[in-house]
Amino acid sequence: MTFGLFLEWAVKSLIVILGMTIGFAYVTLFERRVLARFQVRIGPNRAGKGGILQPVADALKLIFKEDLIPDKADKLIFVLAPVLTVIPALIITGVVPWGPPITLFGKQFTLSVTDINVGALYILTVTSISIYGITLAGWSSNNKYATLGGLRATAQMISYELALGLSFIGPILLAGSMSLTEIVHAQKSVWFIVYQPLGAIIYMISTIAEINRSPFDMPEAEQELTAGYHVEYSGMKFALFFMAEYIKMIAICMIGATLFLGGFQGPFLDQQPWLGPIYLLLKVVVLLFGLVWIRATLPRIRYDRLMAFGWKILFPLALLNIMVTALVMILVGG
Amino acid sequence: MREIQEFSLDDLRHLVSPRALTGETMVLNMGPQHPSTHGVLRLIVELDGEIVVNCIPDVGYLHTGIEKNMEGKTYQKAEVMTDRIDYMYTMGNNLVYCLAVEKLTGLKSPPRADAIRVILAELSRIQSHLLWIGTSALDLAAMSVFLYAMREREMIMDVFELVSGQRMMTTFIRPGGLWRDVPSEFEAAVREIVRVFPKRIAEYEALLTKNPLFLDRTRGIGKIDTMTCKAWDVTGPTLRATGLAHDVRKANPYCGFEQYDFDIPTQTTGDVYARYLVRVEEMRQSVRIVEQALNKLPYGSVRDNNRKYVPPPRSEIGMSMEALIHHFKLWTEGFSPPVGSVYATVESPRGEMGVFLESDGSPKPYRVHYRTPSVPLLQVLPILSKGHYVADLVGIIGSIDIVLGDTDR
Repeated sequence: MTFGLFLEWAVKSLIVILGMTIGFAYVTLFERRVLARFQVRIGPNRAGKGGILQPVADALKLIFKEDLIPDKADKLIFVLAPVLTVIPALIITGVVPWGPPITLFGKQFTLSVTDINVGALYILTVTSISIYGITLAGWSSNNKYATLGGLRATAQMISYELALGLSFIGPILLAGSMSLTEIVHAQKSVWFIVYQPLGAIIYMISTIAEINRSPFDMPEAEQELTAGYHVEYSGMKFALFFMAEYIKMIAICMIGATLFLGGFQGPFLDQQPWLGPIYLLLKVVVLLFGLVWIRATLPRIRYDRLMAFGWKILFPLALLNIMVTALVMILVGG
Repeated sequence: MREIQEFSLDDLRHLVSPRALTGETMVLNMGPQHPSTHGVLRLIVELDGEIVVNCIPDVGYLHTGIEKNMEGKTYQKAEVMTDRIDYMYTMGNNLVYCLAVEKLTGLKSPPRADAIRVILAELSRIQSHLLWIGTSALDLAAMSVFLYAMREREMIMDVFELVSGQRMMTTFIRPGGLWRDVPSEFEAAVREIVRVFPKRIAEYEALLTKNPLFLDRTRGIGKIDTMTCKAWDVTGPTLRATGLAHDVRKANPYCGFEQYDFDIPTQTTGDVYARYLVRVEEMRQSVRIVEQALNKLPYGSVRDNNRKYVPPPRSEIGMSMEALIHHFKLWTEGFSPPVGSVYATVESPRGEMGVFLESDGSPKPYRVHYRTPSVPLLQVLPILSKGHYVADLVGIIGSIDIVLGDTDR
């Protein structure tokens, strides 16, 4: 490994991590503003022009809050849990390409941190790890609400992992590769959502459940569990959970766009490769808007119904989707 | 080492099942500070996993002593306290108290005052139902409905402010009529509500009534039948959702409710969804009543002319010695109704609200007792919630629409 390559990786990782953190800050603002519009409110618009500094203000507030650890909590795990939640969220998008290779200073760069040949598998693995953070947070808080939240999270994520994994298989079959770069290239002419409408829907539903977004936000159900697994967290530790949730929102939108909406593909990409990241960003924003829209509209589904939905509807549908896809591919492709 | 006070299960031995004492089920303390107990209600919930085995409401965290306080005040001044009982139906609290005082003293409220009372009481019902639809949808995490409901509620609050200068604690309805006549802008403001509101109800319904997730959360949840309702003295939408069309406005009309044409919506299933449908339809019927009352709003005085009980208008005080004396006597000593006891009822958004007044002939009531609908509703909560999920418990509390100020007087 040369020093240059190492530097390249370091810079790219830094870009991803910074991008994700800044993205997180502005997704919160985006969500609050969009949600406010849905709900005939105005939303935060005082800090900076049009509320542009609101995330900074929020972060400052959270940093200066007292950091409480309950007396009877398991201290080590209590401190570790937010970290365990945030790190997978940050590294999840490492394999997602942002654009076609570009030439800079006479050298060609690929626009992704790394392009491993089992990228899809990597994503599934990392999302699974992030469950631990939430479960441990719920368990170590020594609070009944938090425990219930943590248990719900575990059950929910395990049942949705399967459907999520199966929804990945459609694009993988179509592209013939697990590398996300290959999947994006395979969508040059037609986006996979055209071939895989069901797969795309299953992907969106199961990822929303996976990241505990409304209407599947059971583990943090404000109304019944007050705040679920993070009820005992305050200050920066709470902010980390919050951050993980929003970064995961961006991540699943990025992955969704990559798998089903052609990733960075778009018109005039061959002439202007720098358009790639912009296309990806646009698609992510559209998907994020969809997530906020869902939150503004739907009530929360009940815990047992959610499990039943995952196992009895989503899972068989995903299996069926794969079977049909595989069958059609054999019949058509030969 | 700091001492941590242990919560002992032995304290609850007579309340929870034996399984809780062995640790097989979990005893969860919900409230008094909890986002969805609608005020300061404490619930001791025994959970088997996520299923409610037992639910014990613990009231008294909002005890205000209003009834006792009223006994220390003259009849007129005591009325100010009534606003604070069911703080979602303030006009109705005033109304039922005034009806009781009128029964006791033989005062008669003029037709114009009656019509305005009907309009204001029905607007109060709508605003209470609006808050209910907002919060109970919010309990199921459908958050937008709450803000839409608040938008319409503001219009009604503006009308209250217009007539009385106060948004909630109005004390506008007085024994013998009203505090004063409504301003000229009143009619236009109410007409605007009547015009806009049916469309807005359709908006809420579009978000909820046929939403499969909402149906899933409400149908078959928190069931109760008519017999249980009767046994526990449950009234209002909860009773009507079981199929019994009992409404004080029809059964025992007051303020001329018999002149208006309206239906009593009923459902038969008695679950959360039935209560939802009943309340939504009630809002429509209330709009109908308001419209009719507005159309035939008579002209004339808004107060009884009996100066022994009703203070003279401000304009008379400067002109007439008697008026000044009456005013002075009424606001210092108060009036002394004849000895006796009366009971008057109105239909509150939660059910039958009654007030019992006992007079010993002095200017202060000897005993005031409010029969409030929230108490029986809270008493059936354990029956409603048994065997349901903890998430549905929150929905059930929302659906019976309790007001804690109403429970603890």
